[in-house]
Amino acid sequence: MSAESKKVLYGLYNDEEELKSAVKTARQRHLDIMDVFTPFPVHGLDPILGLKESRLHILGFIYGAIGALFGFLFMSWALAKDWPILFGGKPYWPVPSFIPITFEMTVLFSAWGMTLTFYTICGMWPGVKAKILDNRISDDKFCIAFDVTEAGQREVSDFKEFFHRTGAAEVHEKAL
Amino acid sequence: MSQPVAPVRHVLIEGNKSYHQISEDLCVPTERAPSREWILAFSVASAFTALYVFAVVWTIWKGIGEWGANRTINWAWDITNFVWWIGIGHAGTLISAILLLFRQRWRTGVNRAAEAMTIFAVVCAGQFPLIHMGRLWLAFFIFPFPNTRGPLWVNFNSPLLWDVFAISTYFTVSLLFWYTGLVPDLATVRDRAAGFRKKMYEIFSFGWTGSAKHWQRWESLSLILAGLSTPLVLSVHTIVSFDFATSVIPGWHTTIFPPYFVAGAIFSGFAMVQTLMVITRKVLRLEQYITINHIDSMNKVIVLTGTIVGVAYLTELFIAWYSGYIYEQFAFYNRVFGVYWWSYFGMMFCNVISPQLFWSRRIRRSIWWTFFLSIVVNIGMWFERFVIIATTLARDYLPSSWSYYSPTWVEISIFTGTIGLFFFLFMIFTRLAPVVAIAEVKAILKVAGDQYIGPKARKDAHHQVQQVAEKQEEKN
Repeated sequence: MSAESKKVLYGLYNDEEELKSAVKTARQRHLDIMDVFTPFPVHGLDPILGLKESRLHILGFIYGAIGALFGFLFMSWALAKDWPILFGGKPYWPVPSFIPITFEMTVLFSAWGMTLTFYTICGMWPGVKAKILDNRISDDKFCIAFDVTEAGQREVSDFKEFFHRTGAAEVHEKAL
Repeated sequence: MSQPVAPVRHVLIEGNKSYHQISEDLCVPTERAPSREWILAFSVASAFTALYVFAVVWTIWKGIGEWGANRTINWAWDITNFVWWIGIGHAGTLISAILLLFRQRWRTGVNRAAEAMTIFAVVCAGQFPLIHMGRLWLAFFIFPFPNTRGPLWVNFNSPLLWDVFAISTYFTVSLLFWYTGLVPDLATVRDRAAGFRKKMYEIFSFGWTGSAKHWQRWESLSLILAGLSTPLVLSVHTIVSFDFATSVIPGWHTTIFPPYFVAGAIFSGFAMVQTLMVITRKVLRLEQYITINHIDSMNKVIVLTGTIVGVAYLTELFIAWYSGYIYEQFAFYNRVFGVYWWSYFGMMFCNVISPQLFWSRRIRRSIWWTFFLSIVVNIGMWFERFVIIATTLARDYLPSSWSYYSPTWVEISIFTGTIGLFFFLFMIFTRLAPVVAIAEVKAILKVAGDQYIGPKARKDAHHQVQQVAEKQEEKN
């Protein structure tokens, strides 16, 4: 994200159905939507908006696999190699005993890895100041935003006309 | 939103709510000054928390000898309480994770509070294994870390060590799941706040904007965390039961323990959710979000798990008799008719007989019955753990070392103190964050709101939205 401020033109809708049909229209007209903001996850919005499926779950699997390997190999190394001890006549390398902790490590790594990745790629951390267009977006307004930093007069009026036709309740401009 | 509405679907949000009204209703409890009831209850909870701190400091200062535990019954109230609290925690994960995977919409009204309950219950549970070590300042020895003793590693064969891993994983993963779910709602609170409160919630909400891509990732993360939490929650109580089941003590050494412990955990957890929810919905005026339908559904889970637990009790007795092994037979004879017979019958009455009342729809949908029975169930589940631990240990192989156990004031204070601590944490939570998941309730409004389905549904409600969409299509 660039440090200099962006000029954003945004429209607020009152209902998610209005938002969805507006996004559809915008896509048909090849208007370049900067972002869409909603108070809750609107189902069916992603394909209309052309968002690809999140790949977070693939990472979740990889983190889990790392956790499983790490847990299992560490226990094997510690008990069988680094300091072999006989516990109650069991073998030095008691694989079945390792299952519970290997499982826990899988879950631990996967959950932490995914969550930290989620916050990182979303640019979210404690102390990050949210760039919010309108306070009501987290309440009951559904927002479509266009980047108009470098847009000409005609483009801006195109956007405004689009908002008007798709039934946006309010249209505002704001520097982010 | 034109899909036909299934007749089995229940109204989960009453009062003809709009999206804004939902934010309003659910944020207000964090915004207005605390009510008199809250302050009164909070003072009581704080007093018990203080008692808890005092009793723990006393234990650490004077040593474990201050407890009534003895060489025969070396696990007494302490581990009973530990298992009890860990079990209570399970309902939160069940509601938030397993019911999410099963697409049960009624979880939405109660998941946030239930997850918070999980975390606070695990906080309470975690105290007990730590303080029962005696030398609390050496508690970090339970983790495998490079040390100057060799390095000597912990024993990875031991179920007690598995427990360390299971519970720490469970605690942190539940915390992540809960907090990530909370972030969008904290943003809602942030956007309504001003001044210092706004600053505070800006930090708590991590800069959430509500962008479509973030929501998509957020949902993906929630789903995977739910998928991970589901086997995790089952593994945690399974491993807790291994603490007993892998030993060679008659009465503990049984293969039925893992499923029986998990069912019992869900059973007691739902009872605790009911206790909390019945009070919370009243005090915070959330009756339209945590409806009688929610309470009804949870009571159904209670009657199911209570029955599973009952079957497990009877199976244990049958297998003990059928095994033909006199030590096993004695252990169970002693469990029922021995020195602690009263706790066995208390357990049977509270866990097996009392929840059967929930077969009646009237009782299931009665607030007072629900509240009363939820407490009975919690008492019963505490007895269950006491029966398993104290009764079994009181009569071991050597009659010369048979003994009896009764708690001292220190143990009683620690236990009642953790109940205080639990409510203390929960009440702070109700002041800081929305108790019901705002965004998730909004997301199900159009399929579970009473203006859309049920007897009060307005004919126009569905069509209105549809018409708006159609009009736009035409315009374009």
